[in-house]
Amino acid sequence: MAVFGLWVINKAGGLVYQRNFADGLAQLTSNEYLVLAGTLHGIHAITSRLSPIGSSSGAQVIEAESFKMTILLTATGTKFVLLTSLAETTAESVLQKVYEAYADAVMKNPFHTPEMPIRSDGFDSRINALIGTGQS
Amino acid sequence: MQQYAQPHSRFSVLSGSSLSSGEHLSPTASSARFSLPSAPSINTTLGTSKPGPRPNIYDRNTNKTRTTEVSASAFAFLFSEVVQYTQKRVTGINDLERRLNTLGYRVGMRVLELMVWRAESSSKAPKREIRFLPALMSIHTQVWRAVFGKPADAIKKSVENEDEYMIIDNDPPMERHISVPRDMNTLSCSSFSAGIVEAVLDGLGFPARVTAHNTPTDQYPSQTTILIKLEKSVLEREELLK
Repeated sequence: MAVFGLWVINKAGGLVYQRNFADGLAQLTSNEYLVLAGTLHGIHAITSRLSPIGSSSGAQVIEAESFKMTILLTATGTKFVLLTSLAETTAESVLQKVYEAYADAVMKNPFHTPEMPIRSDGFDSRINALIGTGQS
Repeated sequence: MQQYAQPHSRFSVLSGSSLSSGEHLSPTASSARFSLPSAPSINTTLGTSKPGPRPNIYDRNTNKTRTTEVSASAFAFLFSEVVQYTQKRVTGINDLERRLNTLGYRVGMRVLELMVWRAESSSKAPKREIRFLPALMSIHTQVWRAVFGKPADAIKKSVENEDEYMIIDNDPPMERHISVPRDMNTLSCSSFSAGIVEAVLDGLGFPARVTAHNTPTDQYPSQTTILIKLEKSVLEREELLK
């Protein structure tokens, strides 16, 4: 029951925020995170076409052997990706709260340029309060 | 635009250039706005379905709306855009703070009038503060309550300088969502609130220079101090009235 990481991907597929919490996943370089986020963006777009039940907005949970990814796609095309252990049940509600924190600390910040990497103390401290500190 | 060519004596704390450039920021500067009542309103085109034109915001009873609140999120977005707009047109942090101060000044003039009108319109003996400390107390509670919904957290008097007083707000609602980048960390967006305080003091007859400073503490990382530096004339008058 642990949260391993949080990614925020903008509507063009670029990684704007990445943070690790508990240990459990391999440590990657920042470039590798950028590549993975772009790949996930592409895969997510493909899954919206592959849905067996007709119209779909894309994959929401991707499960692997030791972790799962929960993806929240917002109406504006921003993706919030939470990497957690398989047993974690609260991923969707955590993502909703992350979205709220994003709307408050990032969108209302006059010093943030939309779609650019997030460098905001306010957002960091709200994520700390929400998920807990970890290594950045 | 012609009526603003000569800065009014009340605007003595502002330089002429900031006033004329401030005009562009204020919607009331455009002469087209003054013809609002005759401008076609959406309501009149829907004429048949509504029982007459809806009263516009200027006709609302100012006393009945004293407890209405504005969405904090809507204001946060508006203020964020104000800061971004101003940032593109200034050369440095001091200039940015001065511009925000000017905007707050315009708001403060109206806040003072409305606040005094609402407080005294119902009483038989309207009271006006002529001594500085009661005026400062009324700013600390009434102005803050009228603008932010809660009184400010503390008032302090400076020990080194006779003419300096401070109002402290532990969590200014205006700055709640703003994260200033590291290279600009002397900027305080509460300069807007400082402008409001400056206008209220000017209106009450206590001219001063008011600025805002970040004073983070461990308990309140976003604590802001509004520093009021009174002019000499106020100190002399206070001495005489003692």
